[in-house]
Amino acid sequence: MTALEIERVSRDFTTPDARSYRAIDEISLAVPAGAFVAIVGPSGCGKSTLLNVVAGLLAPSSGTVRVDGEALSGLNRHATYMFQQDALLPWKTVRDNVALGLTLGGAARADAQSQAEAWLARVGLVDFASHYPAQLSGGMRKRVAMAQNWILDRGIVLMDEPFSALDVHTRQRMESELLALWEGRSADNLGADRKTVIFVTHDLEEAIALADEVVILSAGPAARVVAQHRVELARPRDLMELRTTPEFVDLYRRIWAVLREEVIKSQQVVGARR
Amino acid sequence: MNQSRAIILAAQIAVGAAFLATWQTLVSLKILDPFFVSRPSDIAARIAQWSASGTLWAHLATTLEESLLGLLVGAALGVSLGFLLARSPFLASVLDPYIKMLNAVPRVVLAPLFLLWFGLGIWSKVALAVTLVFFVMFFNTYQGVRDASRVLIDNVRMLGASERQLVRHVLVPSALTWIFSSLQTSLGFAMVGAVVGEYLGATRGLGYVIAQAEGTFDTTGVFAGMTVLAIVVVIVSAGVSRFERWLLQWKT
Repeated sequence: MTALEIERVSRDFTTPDARSYRAIDEISLAVPAGAFVAIVGPSGCGKSTLLNVVAGLLAPSSGTVRVDGEALSGLNRHATYMFQQDALLPWKTVRDNVALGLTLGGAARADAQSQAEAWLARVGLVDFASHYPAQLSGGMRKRVAMAQNWILDRGIVLMDEPFSALDVHTRQRMESELLALWEGRSADNLGADRKTVIFVTHDLEEAIALADEVVILSAGPAARVVAQHRVELARPRDLMELRTTPEFVDLYRRIWAVLREEVIKSQQVVGARR
Repeated sequence: MNQSRAIILAAQIAVGAAFLATWQTLVSLKILDPFFVSRPSDIAARIAQWSASGTLWAHLATTLEESLLGLLVGAALGVSLGFLLARSPFLASVLDPYIKMLNAVPRVVLAPLFLLWFGLGIWSKVALAVTLVFFVMFFNTYQGVRDASRVLIDNVRMLGASERQLVRHVLVPSALTWIFSSLQTSLGFAMVGAVVGEYLGATRGLGYVIAQAEGTFDTTGVFAGMTVLAIVVVIVSAGVSRFERWLLQWKT
């Protein structure tokens, strides 16, 4: 069964000097329910644009996004979205931030708060429930953001370079925690059904380590899908060891050969603009 | 209180004391004429006398009442219009030149008009305070709503917020930080409006006291009125700062 179909989706923007600029060009992609798909491409290739279209935050200029077979119009209510920047409300406590999606949906405050506590326990932040986001480290804020998204238990999870601002070690830890969450490996078994994840990143290593499938976009403007690779690495994956295994290195080398071309092209485009 | 703050406070008191001592000495040595500049000991005695007779409190209460009403009405109008225009770019563009024109009017010239319209009582002073507070509040609210972070808005919408919830959970708190940081300025303006209004025509209030003293060349009375006003502003500002810190504690 397909959770998400992206059919020939294009999106144009108008530049400040009134010219039209095509960010993504006729992208088609089918994502099966419960799959973890990583979208990789050189910076400026329109990865975030594609994700925003799937989220319903941007309307496509042409083409259709289908969620469970239905054409999307307006916001995608089957999806949550984890942003690259910090998106927690700075004036709400950690607990209220995690509970936010539930209270917005009309849940009773006490109920929402107790569910939020349970999620904070899962991400190891129970002692910080009454803190404000500004009092947490970058990694902790990302965990709060994950809890804020996953508490809603929607079928699709969109992530836009969520860990790119973190240092290498924190980042690896967050990746492991994300996989644990997705695979339902925690002590309890909340949300055992696997969610469909679309994970945008510019880091190929991160993409291969996490995903079932890696989609390579071409250099922008007018980015297209240039390659799709299945990642047949066994799960659960141990991210601390995975990156040095021969299978991983081999896969990395093969996909990098494709991505490399696009990265070079994107740099030539930037060079030509200068 | 840590050591550096204690030192700063001591130095602040020293500066004030040195200023007053110099003033007092220069008058005693007949270098300055007390008819023009009075002297600190006379001013203190006058304030003590006013305070003992109770006239000080009655006038102060009037001025504070006018300032507070001016602040409340000005804030209510400024915040609502700020919100409305920030949410409606069309209306904002249409009204933009008019708001700039109104803001450019010197408030002092309005005072006689307000006296005519609202009489000698407190309402002409409240009106003057409102014209000052309104624009500070309006511009800050407008800016605060327009400045609300795009990613916060997107995130809350993705989490399921309706338009009303978006206003309540993101736009209002985001604007509040701007509104509160302008509260100090607004409060100062409200008091300026009240006192200037009283000064130009009233039967009560600190501005009235100062005007009366000036009318009889009573410089001691003028300085005493100014001193009371200054002390009140410092105390009220300290209170507002605390309130602001408490409300914006999430900023840490």
